[in-house]
Amino acid sequence: MKIRFDKLGVVIALVAACGVFSSFAVLKPNRILQGQAQSILDALPSGMGWGLLLVLVMAGTAAVLRMTAWAKLIAAAAALLVLVLAMGYAATFLTPSGNSYARVSPASGFWLLLFAFALLAADAMTRLRPPPWMRILFLVIAAFGIGGVLMSGSWNGLSIMKEYSGRADVFWTEAGRHVMLALGSLAAAVAVGLPLGIFCHRFTALKDAVLNTLNLIQTIPSIALFGLLIGPLAWFAATVPGAANIGIRGIGAAPAFVALFLYSLLPVVANTVIGLAGVPREANDAARGIGMTDRQRLFDVELPLALPVILTGIRIVLVQNIGLATIAALIGGGGFGVFVFQGIGQTAMDLVLLGAVPTVAMAFAAAVVLDASIEMNFRVQNGARSA
Amino acid sequence: MRAWLPTALRGLLLLALLAFLVSPESFEPLLKPLVQQDAPAIYNHGSLLSLTLQHLRTVFIATAAATIIAIGLAILVTRPIGAEFLPLSRSLVNIGQTFPPVAVLALAVPAVGFGEKPTLIALFLYGLLPIFENTLTALTNLPRSVMEAARGAGMTGFQRLFQVELPLSLPVIVAGIRLSVVINLSTATIGSTVAAKTLGEVIIAGLQSNNLAFILQGGLIVGALAILIYDSLSGVEKLLTRRVGRR
Repeated sequence: MKIRFDKLGVVIALVAACGVFSSFAVLKPNRILQGQAQSILDALPSGMGWGLLLVLVMAGTAAVLRMTAWAKLIAAAAALLVLVLAMGYAATFLTPSGNSYARVSPASGFWLLLFAFALLAADAMTRLRPPPWMRILFLVIAAFGIGGVLMSGSWNGLSIMKEYSGRADVFWTEAGRHVMLALGSLAAAVAVGLPLGIFCHRFTALKDAVLNTLNLIQTIPSIALFGLLIGPLAWFAATVPGAANIGIRGIGAAPAFVALFLYSLLPVVANTVIGLAGVPREANDAARGIGMTDRQRLFDVELPLALPVILTGIRIVLVQNIGLATIAALIGGGGFGVFVFQGIGQTAMDLVLLGAVPTVAMAFAAAVVLDASIEMNFRVQNGARSA
Repeated sequence: MRAWLPTALRGLLLLALLAFLVSPESFEPLLKPLVQQDAPAIYNHGSLLSLTLQHLRTVFIATAAATIIAIGLAILVTRPIGAEFLPLSRSLVNIGQTFPPVAVLALAVPAVGFGEKPTLIALFLYGLLPIFENTLTALTNLPRSVMEAARGAGMTGFQRLFQVELPLSLPVIVAGIRLSVVINLSTATIGSTVAAKTLGEVIIAGLQSNNLAFILQGGLIVGALAILIYDSLSGVEKLLTRRVGRR
């Protein structure tokens, strides 16, 4: 039998090989000083180091050979899990006992290996073409896996978790704020943007003016827009009675919320207009023919048919908002950005990671869930159409 | 709306921008009401003109590099030799877009240090995605009849790529570049949080000293640049579309 190679697998194996030969972990005398790089065999007890290498080589071989997507997915997942657990163990192994200042962080080799096997997993998953529910299932399994590793305490020796344990309360408060900013502004944008989009669809004279204005808002850089809203909101809080009591203030979450809301309007309105414009004329004619009122037609025919396009707009907004909400920290609006900017200020990179990693994870999870729901909607529609 | 009005407005915008950059002091009375009594109304820690040029330079370098790599990659995955990479590259583009700019910027700092470099990396990565996506869409949606004809005329793979596929895809590729540039013009301001010399410096100085005039001038210069560049690239795109003869 002739052995056939998988081209992508060869690239992945090369990246992984680079990862194996670069440093695995860094031991730093304290949280901001430069550290000492350690290879896999230095960072782990020798038996474990060789064990990790063996698993990595096996998973790399699975990547290079042509195998079923399931086999590759399992190999990738196993490699990722072992890698993550080994990192946690390296932290305990490297930290000198009794030294509470020393910090261990993952180094470039670890990130390269993580990237390589995440690529392998992503490719296997793409090839499996999982139905939407299965993708959500994969996401839930991954979330439980990560949650399990964190809860088990095996990562507690790592620097990022030490940054976390010092500010666990603040972390969850900021997480709540981040979600509130991203989801709240999305909800507000849908509440305003959907009717506005329907309005633009019905009165085409308005369409260009509204969309052009919203386009203009998008050109203002986010940090400037956040800042520019401080003035008007401070004035609003000072002049409108009761506004200050419900938390509207010049700095803080209010301008961040309004800025995110303004950025969110364009995708929501534009996609509503596009979605409604794409409703087939026959569907509308048929609805009119059976005597539906305009209102019935809108809710029973047009909006359901436009839903996938509108949901695509919502997906864009949610992913964008989760990312942009980090900037709210610059004007005292809270969110994960607090850790990112504090970390940049103190050159404590693990603190930056503490803010950045959850943000990326949240945006990623939101994208997967919304993509799946968009696809489910398409399927329901196509099924209904062919029936 | 009359047909010449948008062009005239753009001309005015360009003139206003240039006038402001060359002689910001003459606009001081306009911005003075926005600041507290003795605070400066015009950014005074460096010339706005040179910051603007540095901003544009950063965006240009990053987008140019992104354009070359993105088009190269899109060509590679649409050839038979790279076909195996196509499904993954599609999902990577999808995943890549979920990375927030601040996170990319902050994570690049430990690797390359503070300053212009992390900003270039973040802008490069952000620039890649729209261009790659558009090039891929264009190359995979070429009219079948044209491709058959090219093959029938005995063109080699190289000839088809450079004489048929790329010229036909050009308008869509330019649309991707346009999107990248506009996103990057705005994202570059965030680069100033890691000490890159961009117009973000003006905005951040304004945020720190509670100076609305600084925030406004920084934001408006970037906004004006984005509108002007977006419009001129739209013009290029229209020109190319007409030349290709597909509307």
